[in-house]
This record gives sequence, structure tokens and C-alpha cells, in this order.
Amino acid sequence: MSQTIALSHDIHRDDEGSKIGMWLFIFTELLLFAGLFIVYGVYRYLNPVAFHLAAEELSVTVGTVNTIILLVSSACMAMASSAIRMRKKGMTMLMLATTLFIAFMFMVNKYFEWEGKFHHGLFPGSEDLLKLGQGDTLFYGLYFFMTGLHALHIIVGIVLITIVSVKVNNNKLTAENPVLLDNAGLYWHLVDLIWIFLFPLFYLIA
Amino acid sequence: MSNHESETTTHVSFREEKGKYKGIFAWIFSTDHKRIGLLYLYAIVTFFLVGVSLGAAMKLELIAPGKTIMNPEAYNAIFTLHGVIMIFLVVVPGLPAVFGNFFLPIMIGAKDVAFPKLNLMSWWVYIAGAIIALSALFMGGGPPDTGWTFYAPYSFKTNTNMLPAVIGAFVLGFSSILTGINFIVTIHRMRAPGMTWFRLPLFPWTLYGTAWIQILATPIVGITLLMIVGERLFHIGFFDPALGGDPILYQHLFWIYSHPAVYIMILPAMGAISEIIPTFANKSIFGYKAIVISTLAIAFVGYFVWGHHMFTSGMSGTALYTFSFLTFLVAIPSAIKVFNWVGTLHKASIQLEPPFFWAASFLFVFMIGGLSGLALGALATNVHLHDTAFVVAHFHFIVFGGVGFAFMGAIHYWFPKIWGRMYNTRVATTGWILFFIGFTTLYLPMFFLGIDGMPRRYYDYVDRFHGPNIISTVGSWVLITGLIIILVNLIKGAKSGPKAGKNPWGGRTLEWEVDSPPTLENFEEIPVIERSPYDYR
Amino acid sequence: MENHNESHIVPFKTYGIILAVLIVLTLLSVAVTQIDLASLTVFTAILIAAVKSGFVLVYFMHLKFDNKLLKALVGAVFILIALVMFVTFLDYNYR
Repeated sequence: MSQTIALSHDIHRDDEGSKIGMWLFIFTELLLFAGLFIVYGVYRYLNPVAFHLAAEELSVTVGTVNTIILLVSSACMAMASSAIRMRKKGMTMLMLATTLFIAFMFMVNKYFEWEGKFHHGLFPGSEDLLKLGQGDTLFYGLYFFMTGLHALHIIVGIVLITIVSVKVNNNKLTAENPVLLDNAGLYWHLVDLIWIFLFPLFYLIA
Repeated sequence: MSNHESETTTHVSFREEKGKYKGIFAWIFSTDHKRIGLLYLYAIVTFFLVGVSLGAAMKLELIAPGKTIMNPEAYNAIFTLHGVIMIFLVVVPGLPAVFGNFFLPIMIGAKDVAFPKLNLMSWWVYIAGAIIALSALFMGGGPPDTGWTFYAPYSFKTNTNMLPAVIGAFVLGFSSILTGINFIVTIHRMRAPGMTWFRLPLFPWTLYGTAWIQILATPIVGITLLMIVGERLFHIGFFDPALGGDPILYQHLFWIYSHPAVYIMILPAMGAISEIIPTFANKSIFGYKAIVISTLAIAFVGYFVWGHHMFTSGMSGTALYTFSFLTFLVAIPSAIKVFNWVGTLHKASIQLEPPFFWAASFLFVFMIGGLSGLALGALATNVHLHDTAFVVAHFHFIVFGGVGFAFMGAIHYWFPKIWGRMYNTRVATTGWILFFIGFTTLYLPMFFLGIDGMPRRYYDYVDRFHGPNIISTVGSWVLITGLIIILVNLIKGAKSGPKAGKNPWGGRTLEWEVDSPPTLENFEEIPVIERSPYDYR
Repeated sequence: MENHNESHIVPFKTYGIILAVLIVLTLLSVAVTQIDLASLTVFTAILIAAVKSGFVLVYFMHLKFDNKLLKALVGAVFILIALVMFVTFLDYNYR
């Protein structure tokens, strides 16, 4: 610990500042999705019945499974932050690896879910969807756009957590400087947070 | 900044500092907030000149009815490009990116911003966004022609190159967000010992308010632009009435950002004016706390007035009344500021120097712009004035008059600090006089044209509008003459002007206590603050 | 600067309990929406989602152990989002 401080005494380092910076970034992400939630809210308000019926096409089981595994991964990420502070490198790595594994699982589920929808012609711009009417078109437009943007965030999260794992493995990230791990965790919880709202709005309104 | 640089003697200015890289790379890869500020300055001035040329071309087209120098399609493309360049590339980054980057750390007693690498990245993202947006010009299909607002459904029906313009604006928003994050953390975490919140100079205060709007409003336009991309590529139907979408929802989302964006532009301008006026009045600012609170009030209330751009769109009556009421409400803090500036000048011994002329004329044009805004915020008059030249005049009085004059004032004010040299003040004053006369001649007739019914964004008009349009076009020539004089004078001053001392104007804020130009780390020792920023008497 | 490593270490057990609560809430929201409560269904689902997000923010995102400033800011952002939605619906609700 003493060497780290000796090495870094001249470089400006402010963990609290980094954390605030990360939170500010999370605010922008929240507002980004808030824009979509406004669009969702307005179109649901204008097409209540169509949204209700369109949602029946989505599998509650797949949605629930994805929700639960994402919650588990979020808990693992939080535990990794504790484990690194307890100087348990093995435990930290295990938790990060579990998070990554679950993130992949989430994406695989998502892939099959999307594939099924495409198979049934339920995708933006398709003839079948247009025949179903405007409410359904909007519902599936929003479904693909919002879950797609969320999936993009999962991918960014996977990249971020992979970088963190490599750093932990090389002892570049330890109990002395866990802020990158914490910030990656904050990002991952944000991804979870968004999904917590997407789940009822798309899967549970049938 | 890496630590091995700290051994160099303290009196080498940041401009001469030798880093890892040489030549231009020493600038475009520098994480020094001062160099980044200047990088922004050079980029912004370049785009500004492009925008001015496009504006002058429009004015030239309007000198006579019918086709003068371009056809209607070219005119549509030019007002769109003028808007996109001026809004997204010039005024939104504007003062925060240039003077905020350069002076925020110095004014709060810090060596740099909180995240220097992120700061450099935001400049690169800005350049990337600019390149993407401007690439629309060079692809087949022609430049975008929707106006800078990208209104649906036109923005996904037109066959011109909308995608690069929209994606470019999205990327530019990202740059703006990164700057905002950086400034908030810097102000929270890096104030010098003793620099309490109420000892913070007013320019950093306005940057703080601005940064919050940047963070909280920009993502909304980001997602809206992404939805436009989705519309164009996948025909999702978000805003397409044929698919059930509501084009008015696009207007809501667009203005949820773009109205606060006006405050992103004007707040730092107000901050710069709040710095210039006490220095040249040689007097403490009148009502410091009132200015701070009104800054935060503008930032907050300004978030909820977006609907006043949509009074004729067919919104509900409830929404109309609410937005009109909130619009009148947001005028109050702006008026408080004007009152405080005038109060500062009352019974002051004023130094008549170019920065002061700009600040004083700012008050004049800002008042005209602000009061004409109230005419637009009232529901009944808005119906008559909506989408007329009146709106264009109002907007330019606020954004070109307000922000532009403040930018000019700021550059004349901080010039000796940035370059360590002084420009010729007599030439600067001549330039200001021409610019000011040109500005009022250019935009005042447009108020009358608008009241008389001349619509905006038309390349042609009926004969009875001819007279004022001639006056307006001649005004644009005077303005450009003034602008050229100002620019040449500043460039000459930066190259070969006489050396300026640490504090040529007698300013009291921290930047006047460091070398001109400042050293790489600004301060030899972080100062301890024991007084208010404006204790003149 | 200050508090490099002295920040509060949350025991695994706490996270375990929170995770269990979150999973129960998820299942509860699924169960509730299977019964027909008419317009209340969606409301309940959103309410449960809000409670869940509260747990994620407070525990997983560590807000419980952060300073007041951050707590206030996070609260303010959610209030802002709610206000923007409210103002938008002043149009759609009364059109």
C-alpha cells in the first residue's frame, strides 16, 4: 500500500470525484431511457387495447427468467466490490466471471426471443405487423428499440467487466484502487435498473 | 498531466511547454485544459465563419424578391446548414468549451479539470461529430433541407442526407455531456481551500448551471435523434402518422432538449458578462447571491418551458396555458440579472475599454431579445407571430446578440491572459461600433417584417417587404466588415501586440493573479481563498 | 484524496438477502398480473418495479453508504423525470 501512495502522490487522484463522475454519466443514461419511457407512455395511453393484446405475444417465462438472472448478476457484481476490499482476489474473479457468464446467458435468451419474433414476422417494417394495426406496430417498434438499446448496454457492460477482470487478474486493480470496479458495478446496476422497468412494461401488461 | 513535467521552471507559459509530442501533436494530444480550450476556440471560430458566410448568402438572396442568387432548394439547404453549424458546432459548445475549459480551473484555484483525458476526448468527439455532420454535404443526395430542428415527418421522408446530420448531432451531444460531467466534478471536488460555494466567481457558477442542463437535457435529444435514425432505417413508426406515430411527440422530445439548450448557450454568456461588468465598473457586483440563485432558477425552470415552441402545433389547452405561464416565470430571473448588472454600473467609475463596450451592448440587445421573447410567450400574439421573421429576429437577438456579444466581450476581456499580449484597443472599438450598427440594422427590420407577416425560411417574398429586406441585407455587410476588422485586429494582437501584464484591467478574480499566459500548472502553489471574488472597495 | 479504502464494506450476506427479496418481488409482480385487477394491474406492476429499483439503488448501487449530496442528486433526477412526464401528459391527457 505504501508503494502505491508513494508512486501516485503527484498524480491527481480523487476516488470520490470519479464516483460522482460515474453517477453523472448514469444520470444521462437514465434521461436517455426516460425519453423512451415517455414515448412508451404516450403511445400506450393512446393505444391501450392494442398494447394489451400485443404484449400477449411475449413470453412471460422468458422475461421472468431474464429478470431473475440479471438480478443475480447484479448481486454478484456488488459482491465483487466487497470481495476486492476484503482482499479476496479469487472470490472477486469468481464473482466477475459469474456476472459475465450471466450477461452472455441474457444475450442468448434475448437472441432466441428476438429470433422467434422475426420468425413470426413481428419486426419493424414487416408486412405482417402492418396488418395487425397501428398499436401493434408501435408496441413492437418500441419493444425492439428499447430492448435493443438495453442489449447494447449489456454488450458495453460485458466489455467493461472484461477489462476489469483482466486488471484484477494482473493485480492492477486491488483493494487500494477499487474505483474502476465500483464504477463498472454502478454501470451494471444501471443496466439492471432499466430492465426492472422494461420487464413489467412489455411482459406483464397482457 | 504527468508528474515529470512539474520539475520545469514555473515561468514557462503553457504555450511553450514541451511535452511528449511535438508540433501540432503537442496540441491535439494535450490534456492541458488551456490548450484544449484553444483547440475548441480555433475549431469554433472556423465553423462560425462558415456559418456567417451561409447567413450572408441567405441575406443576399433576400435582397430582392424572386430568385437572386440561388434556387429554393439551395436556400432550404443553406438555412438548414446555417442552423446546424451555428447551433450544434458553435453556440452550444461556445463559451463553456472555450472559456470554461481555459478559465474554470484557474478561477477556482485548480491545476486542471477533474478528468483531463476525458476533456481531450470530448474535443475529439466534437471534431468527429463535426466531420460526420458535415459529411452530409459531400455524399450523393444533397445536403439536409429540414431546418436544424429535423422535424418529423419531414426528416424521415426527405431524400437528402439526413442520417449524417442526425448522427453528427447525436455525437456532438455526447461531447457536450462529457464536458458537463467534467465541469460538475471539477467544481464540486477541486475548488481551492477557502473557495466556498459563495466565493465562487459568477462565471464558474453559470458553468455549473449549464453543465447540469447539458447532462440532464442532452440525452433526450440524443434518444430522439436515434429514433429518427430508426425511422429512416427500419420504418419503426415512432413519429409517422401512417403507422400510428405522433409527429407532435417528436416536437415535444426535441424541445425538451432544445429549449434548455438555449440556456446552455445563454447562461455562460451571462456569466462572462457578470465577470466583465464589475471589472470595468471597478466595483463589487451588485446582488451576487441574487445572480447565483437566478442562474440556478433559470436552469431549473428553463427545463419546463419547451412547449412554447409548439403553441400552434395543436397541443391541449391545458398544456398551452401551463407552458405560457412557465415562460413568463422564466423571464423573471433573467430580468433580475439585468437589474443587477445595471445596479453594478450605477455610480461606478467605468473604464471605457472594448470588453466593456461589448458587455454594455450585450445588455441592450439582450433586453430587446428578451422582451420580444415575451411577445412570443403570450399565446395570442404567438399565433400571429409564429414562424415569421419576428421569431428569427428574436432568436438572433438572444443567441447572436446575447451569446455572440458575450463571446466577443469575453475574448476581448481574457485576450491578454490567453496570449500574454494586447490588441489595439482603438481598432477593437471601431470593429465593435461597425459590428453593433450592422447587427441592429440586420435584425431590427426583421421584427417589423415578422409583424407584417413575412414568414421565415422562405427564399422569396411579396413586393411590399422589399424595403426592410434591403436595409437588413446592407446591415449584414456592415456586420461582416466589423467582424473582419475585429478578427484581423485580434490575430495581429496575438502575434505581435505589446506584452500584457498579469492584470491589465484590474480584475479581482483568481485568473488575474497568475502569469499571462498562465504556466502549465497555473499556480505555483494552490492559493488559499479568504475573500469574495469581487471585493473592489 | 480522502476515503481511499475506508469506505464501508458490505457483507455478502446483505447482498444475498437483498437478492432474495428482489427475486420474491419479481415473482410477486408476475403473480399479481396473472390475476385480473383491471387498470390496477399495470399500476401494481410498476409500483413493484419502483420498489425493486429502490433496493437496487440503495444497496447494490451503494447509495445507503454514500454522502447526502449524492442521495439528494439521485432523488432530484428521478423527480425531474417524473415532472417531465407529468408536463408532457398535460398535453396528451387533455387533448
